[in-house]
Amino acid sequence: MASAQAATARTGAKASANEVLLSVQGVSKQFSGVMALNDVSLDVRPGEILGLLGENGAGKSTLLKILSGVQPPSSGRITFDGHDFAPASPEESKRLGIVTIYQELSLIPTLTVAENIFIGRAPVNALGLVNWRRMIEDSRQIIARVGLSVDPRTPVSALSVAEQQLVEIARALSLESRLIIMDEPTSALTEAEVQRLLSIMDKLRKDGVAIMFVTHRLEEASFICDRMTVLRDGRLAGHLDREDGKPVEIPRIIEKMVGRAASELYARPGDRHAPGETVLSVRGLRTARDPEAPHAIVLEGVDLDLRAGEILGVAGLVGSGRTELARAIFGADSIAAGTITLNGKPISPQSPADAIELGIGLVPEDRKHQAIFAELAILTNFSVAALGRFSNGFGFMAERRERESLAEYRKMLSIRMASPEQAIEGLSGGNQQKVILARWLARDPKVLIVDEPTRGVDVGAKAEVHQILSQLAERGIAVMVISSELPEVLAVSDRIVTMRRGRITGEMPARDATEENLMELMALDRQKHAP
Amino acid sequence: MSTTVEQGGRGSMDWARILVSFGPLMFLAALMIVFTLMSPNFIDPLNLFNIMRQVSITGLIALGMTFVILTAGIDLSVGSLLALCGMVAAVVAKGGAANTLSLSAAGGSGYGWFAALLAAVAIGALAGFVQGMTITRLKVPPFVVTLGGLTIFRGLTLTISNGGPISGFDSSMRWFGNGLVGPVPVPVIIFMIAAILCHIVLRYTRYGRAVYAVGGNAEAARLSGLRVDRILVSVYVIVGFFAGLAAFVLAARLNSAEAVAGIGYELTVISAVVIGGTSLFGGIGSVGGTVVGAALIGVLQNGLQFNNVSSYTQSIVIGLILILAVAFDRFLKSRVRR
Repeated sequence: MASAQAATARTGAKASANEVLLSVQGVSKQFSGVMALNDVSLDVRPGEILGLLGENGAGKSTLLKILSGVQPPSSGRITFDGHDFAPASPEESKRLGIVTIYQELSLIPTLTVAENIFIGRAPVNALGLVNWRRMIEDSRQIIARVGLSVDPRTPVSALSVAEQQLVEIARALSLESRLIIMDEPTSALTEAEVQRLLSIMDKLRKDGVAIMFVTHRLEEASFICDRMTVLRDGRLAGHLDREDGKPVEIPRIIEKMVGRAASELYARPGDRHAPGETVLSVRGLRTARDPEAPHAIVLEGVDLDLRAGEILGVAGLVGSGRTELARAIFGADSIAAGTITLNGKPISPQSPADAIELGIGLVPEDRKHQAIFAELAILTNFSVAALGRFSNGFGFMAERRERESLAEYRKMLSIRMASPEQAIEGLSGGNQQKVILARWLARDPKVLIVDEPTRGVDVGAKAEVHQILSQLAERGIAVMVISSELPEVLAVSDRIVTMRRGRITGEMPARDATEENLMELMALDRQKHAP
Repeated sequence: MSTTVEQGGRGSMDWARILVSFGPLMFLAALMIVFTLMSPNFIDPLNLFNIMRQVSITGLIALGMTFVILTAGIDLSVGSLLALCGMVAAVVAKGGAANTLSLSAAGGSGYGWFAALLAAVAIGALAGFVQGMTITRLKVPPFVVTLGGLTIFRGLTLTISNGGPISGFDSSMRWFGNGLVGPVPVPVIIFMIAAILCHIVLRYTRYGRAVYAVGGNAEAARLSGLRVDRILVSVYVIVGFFAGLAAFVLAARLNSAEAVAGIGYELTVISAVVIGGTSLFGGIGSVGGTVVGAALIGVLQNGLQFNNVSSYTQSIVIGLILILAVAFDRFLKSRVRR
């Protein structure tokens, strides 16, 4: 049975349209009490492109990691080509025929295209030495399949990101992969490169290769995908199929992605009193393009006002420039043009230390790498941004004052911890985030930017964090909340701006906003709708 | 649902926590008991003070190295820097390089021990500053910068001294190497005072917190408003300062500054810090650990010597202890963290 299936799969797309190549059945994944993936099922058939869609935190990457052998599922069953599929490592997954192409490409930049394609399996001659001529000839043919015509002897570092991606795809094909998973392949590409990639995907589909296309870009998904599977909050939100060969319409995708009922966890707090005066004002803010990272996101002229006592929500997808905006205001990235005014005075922070001195705080998006000192005590994690306030004139720590202050915030934010000496890595994500918020509160900031306030925070603690943000605004702090989770933006904000490609694309009071109209502003090019 | 994660240590894990904190100390005690059983003379106070005096030179540098390693850095140049600082101290003490060959202990023409001490620590601190600036401004890894420093400082030392030693200091200077306060050798007193000061700085000051924070997560430290580069430069200044201080004590003790002094010291010093439980990845460690680590190496060398183990075999044993200490530490920490 299984071998018959495999045989038909190879004969081409049409004959096997109803065969299932990959079948995921009721797969769940749990991380220290948090359900990252909850009972998800989907199918991929040979010769089709399945779109895997969902907001950040919807569970896409967890599913990808399971399929590519990085981690096993907690429960559920996966079959590939009719057999149980439980790879113990990425290598095994690859050998079984599933290749995952991540945003971060896995090529070795110093080696040539040919060496990368044949890494670990270079053709050898009778003496056991590498047969370079054959390797280069074969490489030339392999990359021709994806329409690439560079010299295989070129080092990969000399190629553009788009070309490198094609090399990865070509390598996957040469490994006789049956299923290629592409994780956000278009996020770093220019418009023309995207078109080229899409047409290559179409060609591969006709050759009978199955592709799982993970993306945020709704136009592209609608244009190329045969079917789509949408995830939301780690669960299956639904499947969408083309009808009569017509692409799935974007509003239908959005509906599935955001869900009808914004969950009651995101209960909107009552309207706050009217916000105060403008505290922070940004005009024409641009960041420079780094020659070493030509595809990095830059701000293309951002105007923004932030008032005391309000929460401004910034909604945008990955790559929209929302984090770059926060970092530019905070002095973490350098500014190419534009002005920032704080309480009417122009400022130009050259470093986070400058910005903090001026009264700006930032809770960064990547807690583990940018915010916490994992192995250090909670006490140090708490006081690190306010060492000056917790020390005397001779530079000695006023440890009693420090501990009292931590105890105060521990009560106020209900931080659940064993002792101030405990290493912060022992806390849950939500409690870590509360410690980071306390870190900034200890400085009495005028402006607090919170990037992804509840990333890696389990559902129960999310509402608590949201409540804390409201309290901060009520104390008169101007709060800017950046999030890719729309229900969150809607729940905490007084006013919302949307961003796309380094620009502000819309602004509205939160009460007028819906997930649908925000998603449209975030995800769609105004100039040109679905291709 | 997440409350289970919050518990710190459970009862069954407490032994592991205690071992993590006091492991090196307990090992040191065990070692001393074993050596005493093997040869009772080992525990004689005279011998113990002798060990401590031997330890104090590398121990002083290890104090500074603790700061560096806490920031996830490394300084390989300390052995050569010690030679350079010692040579400079000798030149100053003797009143100029012209007097290098006079073996007379008469201090008449020199500038005295205080000027010599100042010169040694100033040169050490300056060398550290230059290395620190190179690391932070030119973004060259500490390993490379200080590896370069290792040969540069040795070369400078040989240039100044023309390859030979500078010997013969006045008695006031020699006191810092050979003097006693009661039964306690002066180098030991210097080492102990320095250790206490370093402990206070790391444990109780704002600066100490910043050092741990930079080593724990440099990016988070920067985003918390710490001037990371300044702190990095400062730790190399500190280790340079201690290399200078150690150089002065060593020259005083030997009554001579040797161009070949301190060869291989960087390895002993780094071993002491690492055996003492300081993580090479930064953020974790303490001065207390370093003192114990330095003592452990000293006791091991002395005890093995007492039992007529050849210096060749000693090297093997110390190397093994280093690896085992770190492996044991890792094992315990993985148990503590589950």
